[in-house]
Amino acid sequence: MDQSSADKARIARQFIEAIPFSRALQMHLEEIGEGVAVISMPWSEMIVGDPTLGVVHGGAVSALMDTCGGAAVMSHPQALAGTATIDLRIDYMRAATSGQRITARAECYHLTRSVAFVRAEAWDEDRTRPVAAATGAFTVERITLRDGDKS
Amino acid sequence: MRSPRPPEPVALIKQRRDSTLAALVGAVPYIGFLGVKFDRRGDELTAVLGYDDKLIGNPLVPALHGGAIASFLEVTAIMELSFNMLWDDVEQGRIDAENLGPSTLPRLPKTIDFTVDYLRSGLPRDAYARARVNRQGRRYASVHVEAWQDHRQKLFAQATGHFLMPPRDG
Repeated sequence: MDQSSADKARIARQFIEAIPFSRALQMHLEEIGEGVAVISMPWSEMIVGDPTLGVVHGGAVSALMDTCGGAAVMSHPQALAGTATIDLRIDYMRAATSGQRITARAECYHLTRSVAFVRAEAWDEDRTRPVAAATGAFTVERITLRDGDKS
Repeated sequence: MRSPRPPEPVALIKQRRDSTLAALVGAVPYIGFLGVKFDRRGDELTAVLGYDDKLIGNPLVPALHGGAIASFLEVTAIMELSFNMLWDDVEQGRIDAENLGPSTLPRLPKTIDFTVDYLRSGLPRDAYARARVNRQGRRYASVHVEAWQDHRQKLFAQATGHFLMPPRDG
C-alpha cells in the first residue's frame, strides 16, 4: 500500500469510527484499504428482531452492510471523499446464530466518476455459510481537501 | 327490550387493537433500540422514528445513517404484515389480545430480501413511514414502504421487500 492509500485508509478509519449509528451498534472496523472493508458487530439483546430465537434483526444487518459498503467506497484508490448510499439490496440467506458476532466484507468492484458499485457478504462464526448478501450503488462525492486533512 | 347483541363499546375495541399492537412492538427489542413508535388509526399504521443523535451516519452534514433508515423501513414493513396477520384473529376473538405475550404471539414474518432506495438525505429530525402490502399469499408477501419527514409528498426513502410468512394452523 503506497503512502496515499495508507492515508486514505487512515482517514476512512477515523471517519467510520466516528459514525454515531455505527458506534451505537458497537461496530468494529477490522480491515480497510484498496476498495475493500471488513467490519464486525457483536450480538446483543438490544438488536434482536426475533425474540423466540434471539436472532439479530435484519435492519441491524442492513446497517452493518451499509456502513461496510460506504467504507469500501471511501477506501477505493480512485474515490475522493465522502459517499452516500443510492440504493442497497440485501438478501437474507439464513438467520444469524444467537450470541454470535456478525462480520461483513464489502468490495467496491467498479467506480465511475459519479457512482461506486459495491457487493458485500456477511456471516456469523460459521464463515462457510453466509447469513446475508448485498449489492448497492453509492455516490462518489468530490470534495477538495481542506487544510485540516493535510496533517 | 334489549337486543341480543349490543354493539361493543368503542373503548373496548380500541383497547383490544392497541393491546395487540403493543404486544407486537414490545416483543422486538430492536424497535425499542431504534426508538420507533406506531400511530394507529383503525388498521392503518404510521411508524414514527423519533430523532436521536445516535441515528446519525454522517456527522459533518449531518444526516441520518442509511442503516438506520433501512432498519426503520424494515421494521415498518414487518409490523404492517404482523398486525394485518393478527387482525382477524383478534377481532373475531380467536386470540385474546389482553394475554398476548412472548409465548402466545405467533411467529413473525421473515425477510427474504429488502431493497432500499435513498431518495434524499435524512434530516436530523423525526421521520415517518407507512407500509402497503402489495401481495399477500399463504407463504410469501411483497411489501412497499414509503418514508418522509416534513412533507408527506416528498419521500426521503422507499423500499420494497419480500417476506416469508410463518406457517399458520388450518
